[in-house]
Amino acid sequence: MKYKRDPKRIRQVLGKKVQFILGDMACVYGGLLAGCSFFGGYPITPASEVAEGMARRLPRVGGTYIQMEDEIGSIAAVIGAAWGGAKSMTATSGPGFSLMMENYGFAAMTETPCVIVNVQRTGPSTGQPTLGAQGDMMQARWGTHGDFEAIAFAPSTVQECMDFTIEAFNLSEKYRNPALVMTDGEVGHLRERIIIPEEKDLKLIDRVEATIDKKKFIPFTNSQTRKNCKVPDFPTFGTGYRTYVTGLTHNEKGFPATDKQPDHERLVKRITEKIIDDADKLVSVEKFNLDDAEIAFVTYGASARPTESAMEMGRKNGIKVGMLRLKIVWPVPEKEVHKLAKQVDKIIVPEMNLGQMVHPIREAANGNCEVICAPKIGGEIHYPDEVYKYLEAK
Amino acid sequence: MKKEIRICGFGGQGVILAGFIIGKAASVFENYHAVQSQSYGPEARGGAARSEIIISDKKIGYPRPLSVDILLAMSQESFDSYRDDIRDDTVIVVDPDLVKKHEIGRPLYKVQALKIAEELGNKIVTNIVMVGAFTSISGLLKPEAVKESVIDSVPKRFTELNIKAFERGFEAGKNALKDLR
Amino acid sequence: MVEVKTAEELNKKFLREGMWPTIFCNGCGHGVVLEYTFWALEELGWDMDKTMFASGIGCSSRLPGYINADGLHTTHGRAIAFATGIKAADPDFNVIVFTGDGDCAGIGGNHFIHAARRNIDMTVIMINNFIYGMTGGQLAPTAPLGSIATTAPYGNIEHPFDICELAKALGANYVARWPVSHPYQPIKSIKEGLQKKGFSLLEFLAPCPTAYGRRNKLGDIKKHWAWYDDNTILIEDYDKIMKYGSVKEKEEVKDKMQIGVFQDIQKPGFFELYDQLMERLKVEENKKREGKK
Repeated sequence: MKYKRDPKRIRQVLGKKVQFILGDMACVYGGLLAGCSFFGGYPITPASEVAEGMARRLPRVGGTYIQMEDEIGSIAAVIGAAWGGAKSMTATSGPGFSLMMENYGFAAMTETPCVIVNVQRTGPSTGQPTLGAQGDMMQARWGTHGDFEAIAFAPSTVQECMDFTIEAFNLSEKYRNPALVMTDGEVGHLRERIIIPEEKDLKLIDRVEATIDKKKFIPFTNSQTRKNCKVPDFPTFGTGYRTYVTGLTHNEKGFPATDKQPDHERLVKRITEKIIDDADKLVSVEKFNLDDAEIAFVTYGASARPTESAMEMGRKNGIKVGMLRLKIVWPVPEKEVHKLAKQVDKIIVPEMNLGQMVHPIREAANGNCEVICAPKIGGEIHYPDEVYKYLEAK
Repeated sequence: MKKEIRICGFGGQGVILAGFIIGKAASVFENYHAVQSQSYGPEARGGAARSEIIISDKKIGYPRPLSVDILLAMSQESFDSYRDDIRDDTVIVVDPDLVKKHEIGRPLYKVQALKIAEELGNKIVTNIVMVGAFTSISGLLKPEAVKESVIDSVPKRFTELNIKAFERGFEAGKNALKDLR
Repeated sequence: MVEVKTAEELNKKFLREGMWPTIFCNGCGHGVVLEYTFWALEELGWDMDKTMFASGIGCSSRLPGYINADGLHTTHGRAIAFATGIKAADPDFNVIVFTGDGDCAGIGGNHFIHAARRNIDMTVIMINNFIYGMTGGQLAPTAPLGSIATTAPYGNIEHPFDICELAKALGANYVARWPVSHPYQPIKSIKEGLQKKGFSLLEFLAPCPTAYGRRNKLGDIKKHWAWYDDNTILIEDYDKIMKYGSVKEKEEVKDKMQIGVFQDIQKPGFFELYDQLMERLKVEENKKREGKK
């Protein structure tokens, strides 16, 4: 029997409105609130708590949890479930994320809504399994082969782990694209207070299902029911549309068109433009002290926490410093960064890697100011002092 | 107000639960901001483990302690390893039976948490005795809030035992305060 | 409720419009398996709106494209994992996987193993042609010892995978192997597999004249098809000969591929057990709630 979201039941299972929980668990809560009814996962530190939380709760809300044989199988099952009509997600960390890359591209190519939570840890390879990092930010954007667009959130707090998982579901449903929650071992294993939103305050987006005459339906083209919308209506399996879904280059009907250049260009342009066209709507940033800022931090996720402390130290010492925190990291808010680059003398990008998001930020700054990287690796987040010293550096 | 607290012991003693209870008491049963983090070795049992809590009336940026205001130690190894960043005025609470070598040239609070837990019939609640002692010694949080948090965090069938452990720890903490004065 | 009488009518009913012609070569066995599957579905009278197909990469994996039903043509080796998700979204769906020996026993082996072990309610139709046909004849994990492939130019020295024995060991509910050269048993077996709750595997030995037959000197298409009659033996006959046969008889059959039904059992499937789990949780919770009152 098909899952039907039951708000009352979900809230019973989640428990009290105010709780003190792990970032990983907040992703579970976000998923369940969004109506996730399938989780396919494989244990990996520091993301296993997401799978554990789902294993405990999904059967109680009528959803399905399966521990798959590996991360390749996990994301595969998640995509399959999406075509069967479920909102579905998985959670992993670096090594598992690497394994998921091929099917991540499959989801983009077949326009499958699904959510991947990546609780990042240090790498390359096995790295430091229990410790946090932000080393997969570029992989999230470019990790699978071919052209596609990424949608990715970066939570800084436990509350955001929940909120952004809900938002990731919303955007993945809206754009029919995989959406990522790029959290990390630091936030994932942090406990903080969360407030579970009331049902009436919860804004959920569901994919637009195909409803038109089956004979007139074209599965891989602009929406046939919404004007100027490059996201096709979704022909859920089992509803009679009898759609052929393939990772091969396909024409509007979904039929393979592997030797046709125009078909490929049309398809890949549409699946990327449906997101690029809306880039301005996808900006989600938090601004701190930017009005008079001469130096700006641009940061995201766990790194934003010591950076905020460093910014406060800077202000106390009379330095005109502000901070732009990216909540959505992909697409990068290019216009925001560009505007900021024209205002300030320097942009500093603290991140838990040797420099990843600094590159698109430098590209967006387009030479209007200096953009430097403030890296930290080794499984620890920056000490506020370490970030602060970039303010005094000449 | 901003306080940074570290609870350390060996894996399996429940230091993470203790930190969880304190963080929850502060942020759910009182209205502070709180974060709790942990670090531990690869062992599920044994090895040094620590749980760290920051309680503040303002939003908490950097989520790990920078200098510890309160240190609770439940094992020698963890007391030895996790003491390098304490200050002269750091409040230190040890179980003297578990941290035998605790003479560091200045007074500290001694609470026989393990002994009290054993008197209550189950050494599993040693951590909750420590939580009780923390509550009276630090005076940071309302005892009712911490007690609520204990009740909310332990299995129902052990509620009574844990309340007792908390209360005995709270008393022991008060006595330790008196002793040091 | 058999409405269809001829192959033409059958194709009209089950083939997807606009996908013709197929990519298959002359003498290929894949189309035949598709035809057998159609007959089985026709005889079962299943609702094709609720019957869906998944596949990976390879010639066999193109089959869902030709079927007028929902089809998910996925990545190499992963079809069974995708199908697991489809089934989870609605366990009332009938889920069929088309896969090949490379897709299923090679790159997808782990997914196959675990779906069989979990006893996921799906029917996996693995078409075994001993070769990677679509990509030009590279070595498959099922390739017989000594056979030639572009990546085994001096003869294969790896022992071939017996996927039916594997499935049997994993406790799959239904396991059968047939050559495609005769229709009766395959159609009957597909029907049994489809109706079976839990995991069923149907392995079809199918010729690939282009990539396997040519290279391994199996002669023209007719001869190649006849190879399967000469080199297979019913499980029951094999067992009898091995028990009572002469040395010479044993020698004759020992290298033949056994065909027939390897396993037909009735273990509860994953989703059956999952339903029971959900039910148990409900009962426990209600009890707790009653207790509180």
